[in-house]
Amino acid sequence: MPRTVLVVGTRKGCFLLESDQDRRDWSVRGPFCENWPVYHAIHDAGTGAIYAAAASEWLGSAVWRSPDLGETWALSSEGLAYDADSGRKVSKVSTLAVKNGRVLVGVEAPGIFESRDDGATWSLLTTLAGQPGSEMWDDPANQPPGHLGISALMFDDEADSRFWAIVQGIGLFETTDDSASWTPRNRGLRADWPRPHEEVGFCVHKLVRSPADGARMYQQNHVGMHRSDDTGQSWVEITEGLPTEFGFAAAAHPHDRDTFYVIPLDPGHGRCMPDGEAAVWRTRDAGESWQRLDRGLPQQDAFVGVLREGLAIDSYDVPGLYFGTSTGQVFASVNEGESWSEIASYLPSISSVEVAVVD
Amino acid sequence: MADLHLPGTLAPLFTDLPRHIDVEAATVGEAIDRLEAQWPGLRDRLCEPGPLLRRHIHVYVDQERATLETPLEARSRVDVIAAISGG
Repeated sequence: MPRTVLVVGTRKGCFLLESDQDRRDWSVRGPFCENWPVYHAIHDAGTGAIYAAAASEWLGSAVWRSPDLGETWALSSEGLAYDADSGRKVSKVSTLAVKNGRVLVGVEAPGIFESRDDGATWSLLTTLAGQPGSEMWDDPANQPPGHLGISALMFDDEADSRFWAIVQGIGLFETTDDSASWTPRNRGLRADWPRPHEEVGFCVHKLVRSPADGARMYQQNHVGMHRSDDTGQSWVEITEGLPTEFGFAAAAHPHDRDTFYVIPLDPGHGRCMPDGEAAVWRTRDAGESWQRLDRGLPQQDAFVGVLREGLAIDSYDVPGLYFGTSTGQVFASVNEGESWSEIASYLPSISSVEVAVVD
Repeated sequence: MADLHLPGTLAPLFTDLPRHIDVEAATVGEAIDRLEAQWPGLRDRLCEPGPLLRRHIHVYVDQERATLETPLEARSRVDVIAAISGG
């Protein structure tokens, strides 16, 4: 019988939530990774391994790996550093992607490292040098933690040499030749601030691609929701009907190219769900209209946030959705978001949620 | 042999790494090299490229703040401290 496993990255380590295919009753295991702050944790469907990108205040950045769903863990940062004379410093490992035995990790200051030996050793793949905007992320003044990292990576489902990278505050880039060259993919996006370059200067928060149609992408941006029907080459805004234009988390339906989920947040410093009322929003028509999904979610004094990787959707025929909050709750829906239940209440602040269905 | 004391957050990361260990080394950096030889990856936890001690890793030799270049005497006590940080 399949097991449903949520891999939850938190500010105090990684946790695993487990259920069966009914996804009604859940058990919690953890904390793992010695309570290091975990910024992104993923499951490698190919090998069954879990990877967690973590950065300790004291002991630096590393990638943890568990080959056996959390029974054992090891960490490595061998090679996960810029040359001392480069002026660049790895202050945080932010995001992970894995495909066919190759693991990529995006870091700040912006760069992508890769491992081809299950995370045992790492080497620098690219800093996207020479791209428009790189003079900003290469500026030592922009190197302090929290500035201009690689915030997300996404492999193409087919071509191993094709993937996308988000540079925080700069925009989306695509490579089709394994990072030998890059192309900005921000045409049609909106920015409410001055931009020194035509092709970049956009604040892409989250990119997702429809498993049902690879040409269909969605992105939550700092200013607005956007859709692409040509694999990111151009974008149209689909914000109308949402309560705010700001948010981080997003998820695409596994079987329907037009169905997509997002969690709007208040912009500014709050970055919580508006009015203290928790809700996920869904479109079933590619952004033409939106439905508020809040049955079972707290509707009073719920000032919770959900980060970039905080929303996940599984691949069952009737897919389940899961999101983790800045205040440590995990909510789940087994009916495509129609109703929700709280399956963990007191975890540390949650950075990421990923779901895996394993035999 | 210097008497080296390691932070508690380090021990769980490396098999059989003790909290206290005697090390034959001429400097703090050399002492960390000795540990690295026995527990690969340990230097990365204490040092950044350079190498430099990580910002929140403080080392004291006989109660004086030290760097990687600080010399060790035969009976020096070396305390490696994970400085108070975070929450």
